[in-house]
Amino acid sequence: MTRRTFGAPEPDGAPEPDGAREPGDLPESVVLTGQSVVPGTAEAALLYTTEPLSFWGGYDPDTGRIIDRRHPLAGRNAAGLILAIPATRGSSTTTAVLLESVRNGTAPAAIVTAGSDPVLALASVVASEMYGRPIPIIALVAADYRRLRTAGHVRVTDVGQVEFVSGSGVSGSRAARPARRR
Amino acid sequence: MRVTLSDADRGTLAGERGEGARLAMSILVRMAEVVGAETLLDITAAHIDSSLYQGPSTLEFAERLADGGARVQVPTTLNVSGVDVGGWREWDVPADWAEPARRQMDAYERMGCAPTWTCAPYQTERRPEFGEQVAWGESSAVVFANSVLGARTERYPDLMDICCAVTGRAPAAGLHLRHNRRGQLLVDLSRLPARLARDPSFFPVLGHWIGARAGERIPVLDGFALAPRDRTGPAGTLDPSEDDLKALGAAMASSGAVALFHWIGLTPEAPDLDTAFQGAAPESAIRATLAELARARDDLGSGLADDDGLDLVVLGSPHFSLAEFAALARLVAGQRRHPEVRLLITTGRAVRALAERAGYLDALDAFGAELTVDTCILTTPMLPAEIRRLMTNSAKYAYYAPGLLERAVAFGSLADCVASAIAGRVVRDDQAWTA
Repeated sequence: MTRRTFGAPEPDGAPEPDGAREPGDLPESVVLTGQSVVPGTAEAALLYTTEPLSFWGGYDPDTGRIIDRRHPLAGRNAAGLILAIPATRGSSTTTAVLLESVRNGTAPAAIVTAGSDPVLALASVVASEMYGRPIPIIALVAADYRRLRTAGHVRVTDVGQVEFVSGSGVSGSRAARPARRR
Repeated sequence: MRVTLSDADRGTLAGERGEGARLAMSILVRMAEVVGAETLLDITAAHIDSSLYQGPSTLEFAERLADGGARVQVPTTLNVSGVDVGGWREWDVPADWAEPARRQMDAYERMGCAPTWTCAPYQTERRPEFGEQVAWGESSAVVFANSVLGARTERYPDLMDICCAVTGRAPAAGLHLRHNRRGQLLVDLSRLPARLARDPSFFPVLGHWIGARAGERIPVLDGFALAPRDRTGPAGTLDPSEDDLKALGAAMASSGAVALFHWIGLTPEAPDLDTAFQGAAPESAIRATLAELARARDDLGSGLADDDGLDLVVLGSPHFSLAEFAALARLVAGQRRHPEVRLLITTGRAVRALAERAGYLDALDAFGAELTVDTCILTTPMLPAEIRRLMTNSAKYAYYAPGLLERAVAFGSLADCVASAIAGRVVRDDQAWTA
């Protein structure tokens, strides 16, 4: 389906826009406002990447683990966390895999994307209809999306806001690099 | 943004046509909002990928629709299924997987879908006409419908295609709208040597190379000397068959997310560059070279080199066509496969019936080939553990097999695949690909 992008995020390894921050020294007032694609609230640790993910062959609905071995988040478990992926890619069976993970209780608590991704939205809408458990989905513009890199715990609100609760999150592009190098 | 609904849409949403149709319309309307559609449009046909079993949730979704009285409102075909109903016991499909997969197939048949069970419905079923609005799932079928037939469909994800079919409606967005079908990426083929026209693996290799560069954009191919449509031209010019275009599109939809391509002088929305780009300039351009395509051909293989041993040659993604059966029957005539290499062909039940009537299956039997219908190696857990090394002429199989099946794979032309099945090791004719 047509994806409406607001601009692509920087690839992994892009230079930092400013000096590296120490964990936890973010101003508490950071609130990013995007589009609430599927409304809902959640608060959890953030799992962040700049690499798109296909859930078919990339996400294990039995465990919530990311199993695409070429993906920087490979080996991480996203169940109950707030997952930041710029977009989905590849197979359109991503919707079915994500729905299966909602049924199994292994879905992310919320998903934040760079631009709106209809494939993820569909999975969440069907999860809402089938199980009364939509996954909140928020689409940020690319520049805001990149700011998530430094976030730790975040809170998503049902008006499309991502609030930083603390810094030093789980990232697929910086601290968690070894997962990619294998 | 609010979507403007017809009276009939509102009635369906209010449950006037039953709970199944209400559920489908509710999903459709919410998705129309997500993609920014102002209205829904009528579709005339659908092709359903949602029928593929992914676990209990996809079965529950299907049965919720079917038990809720949902019935398709337009002629609807079904994509590959989870099981070859007549033959799954001959392979390693677990019974506790086959049973719910079979129940899910039944649910889609109860909704009135035709049990075609193929990823290439255009090979035997009614084809959408030029400009016809349809809702198709299955990425390789979508790119064929849009590009080769000139029908109009989005690349519908699983769970959405069936919502369109049971409501007869789709969000008026994306590739349903003419202005979104404008070419974006110019692919210049003029530097490629003419001899590539004689190697049928040119098409999957080219598709693999383009898909990785196009992503979701609409590529426009130009610059390779094409045979005149009346076939009076000089020998050696390119005259792609439907199977060639099937392979090209499926490859682009694997390494990329291409849902539509244009080929100047060949595909129906591209009589010339100006028409394909709708009067605009290309957003960007790339030029294919022999060296780049040779690398793409090598990149389709994973973990197997020439002369390595093999366990299985697998053909038919997208599903093998009647013409491909004819070509294969000619290649294997009077020969026998190596005792340690199996040859598997995946196709749909309709094409198998035609191939049988045409007498092609006798030569394949004599060769020692096996046939699986209605599914494929990627969508049912059928391959026994001892099969570790595959060879295929399909870019789609080659692309997905290493990750999804954790198997080593070699890629070659149909003739290479047959030669390898006889030799018992990877044999490839590199002549067309070396400078």
